[in-house]
Amino acid sequence: MESLGVLLTYPMDSYLEEELSKRCKLFRLWETPPEKRREFLRANAATIRAVVGNTAVGADAETIDALPALEIVASFSVGLDKVDLAKCRERGIRVTNTPDVLTDDVADLAIGLAIATMRRLFAADRYVRGGAWKAKGDYKLTSKFSGKTVGIIGLGRIGWAIAERAEAFGCPISYYSRSEKPQTDYKYYSSVVALAANCNVLIVACALTEETHHIVNREVIDALGPKGVLVNIGRGPHVDEPELVFALLEGRLGGAGLDVFEDEPDVPEQLFGLENVVLVPHVGSSTWETCKAMADLVLGNLEAHVTNKPLLTPAL
Amino acid sequence: MRLSGLPIPEPSKFSLPVLKTRQPLRRFAPAPAMMSVEKPAAETPAVEREHLPPVLLLRPLLSHFHDALAPKFRFLKPWESPLPRDEFLAAHAGDVRALLCVGPFPVDAGLLACLPKLELVVTGSAGVNHIDVAECRRRGIAVTNAGNAFTDDVADYAVALLIDVLRQISAADRYVRRGLWPIQGDYPLGRKLGGKRVGIVGLGSIGSAVAKRLEAFGCTILYYSRSRKPSISYKFFSNVTNLAAESDVLVIACALTTETYHIINKEVMQALGRDGIIINVGRGALVDENELVKCLMEEEIGGAGLDVFENEPAVPQELFHMDNVVLSHHRAVFTPESFHGVLEVVLGNLEAFFSNRPLLTPISE
Repeated sequence: MESLGVLLTYPMDSYLEEELSKRCKLFRLWETPPEKRREFLRANAATIRAVVGNTAVGADAETIDALPALEIVASFSVGLDKVDLAKCRERGIRVTNTPDVLTDDVADLAIGLAIATMRRLFAADRYVRGGAWKAKGDYKLTSKFSGKTVGIIGLGRIGWAIAERAEAFGCPISYYSRSEKPQTDYKYYSSVVALAANCNVLIVACALTEETHHIVNREVIDALGPKGVLVNIGRGPHVDEPELVFALLEGRLGGAGLDVFEDEPDVPEQLFGLENVVLVPHVGSSTWETCKAMADLVLGNLEAHVTNKPLLTPAL
Repeated sequence: MRLSGLPIPEPSKFSLPVLKTRQPLRRFAPAPAMMSVEKPAAETPAVEREHLPPVLLLRPLLSHFHDALAPKFRFLKPWESPLPRDEFLAAHAGDVRALLCVGPFPVDAGLLACLPKLELVVTGSAGVNHIDVAECRRRGIAVTNAGNAFTDDVADYAVALLIDVLRQISAADRYVRRGLWPIQGDYPLGRKLGGKRVGIVGLGSIGSAVAKRLEAFGCTILYYSRSRKPSISYKFFSNVTNLAAESDVLVIACALTTETYHIINKEVMQALGRDGIIINVGRGALVDENELVKCLMEEEIGGAGLDVFENEPAVPQELFHMDNVVLSHHRAVFTPESFHGVLEVVLGNLEAFFSNRPLLTPISE
């Protein structure tokens, strides 16, 4: 792979970066100031044949246009909302992602966020760390998780894994999907509003596309209601964030466990004082084990590409 | 047995008296105004109340408990009397057959000696470590506990604590709320739950419920128990240190007795190792807390999720600065469903006792 010029868009993983640097000709996009990037790409356009991007910085139309020699985009993510797939199709550029290896971690986090939100773990921890337990004696009750109805938007790999876990807590499962899945008994709803109206915990687990942008809007939030909890481990733009914030501040929504936000790394500060939210910085697949597996998949796909073997996880 | 018509309380503030378990037996002042409000059992006239079976209380009950039980039982309330407690008991509790304790107030030999006719102790907790069970047995006094009323909620809490520690949820939340994400960038990597070997210390109702949940996350379950459970396929260990040596995580879910005091000691922690995680939803004294703090400070174990502590409400301050621990103030059971469930069990046991029917949740020997 020594002659493969790889544009790494973001310092997403040190092991990946090290391997790419050892095995390929590595270009680190973030080391160039934004105003000089176009020139940087032009200068190296003949060499760059691969782009490795992630959820922060992908391969948009402008980048793809600037790289006439581009052959493959290998995303360090399963979601491809930051890759201009239409452009790639047009130019015959191959695209790979990292499905399956991160399914468990993301599903684990979804359940962890749900229980942490409902049982107010963050508030309890803060209460104890603040020394409040010595001074006060009263206790609030929190919402039980086991047995509550879990509604999943998108029953793909991650949605399915979430369902399997929630079932172990005795949670009835319902879902929304573009079409009903005949291989399951889970209750299907053909509208997200209906799903939200009939569940206690609504979990976003679908891909981000034009159709699913703001799929959780005010109507859905109101249907979920003051006792409902929203968990988002998908993409920030799945949820109408200003509406979500208003609903939480006004008590129209019971709580939210959020791993993703519309404008990362910026998170609405109005949420910082709330006890019924859990806010984490896009850590869905951020474990040592999974990041290594994702990196190996990216490297494996690039290797397969240069040696004319079948791609490991083609996405297009 | 269902309490018909009894609403499940909404999640809200419930005032609990702060209980100090090591207080010497002495006279009680009337309940301070900030504590739970007891409404008199207004619907039952005084004359009729006299015929209700008497039940001795040691502390005021939560209002919803009191309201549900007061129509059916005549409560003896020593703290409302000007007499010192032992004198009150001698004067008024000579015939009392049942004692209800909700909260970790000690039921010790000295108290039992004041109650010659006592036949039943009902506690609203799963644990009975605050009761001199051996003395009860000697005196032929039955003891009932919360049964399975808390199982789901405690198991959920244990799983949540574990995910929180491994995936750093509370720590990362603090990071976000401090505004550090835009400044310091991505949060350091956590650890995957799937594939971890989880050693359950005490495979009772709660331990089994934890196991069932964690299996769905791809964990391998191992356990320690006083004796092997024949119907269980998880790997059994008769020794906690050996269990720890083969585990990545220990979940402590056993009862606190003289045998299990400090069952998680230095040897066990060293066997668990520097990446090991301890989750305690049992009792603080199951773990040698000083040793735990030392091991965490010296990075000899990887992290801990703790709902209970040896000297509640005191928590070792060294833990407050650690991001690999998650702390909680003994609230795994604080949901409306658990509170409602334990009320059902308490009422059911008292009703069964006074109508000579078998008790619902007698503790096993």
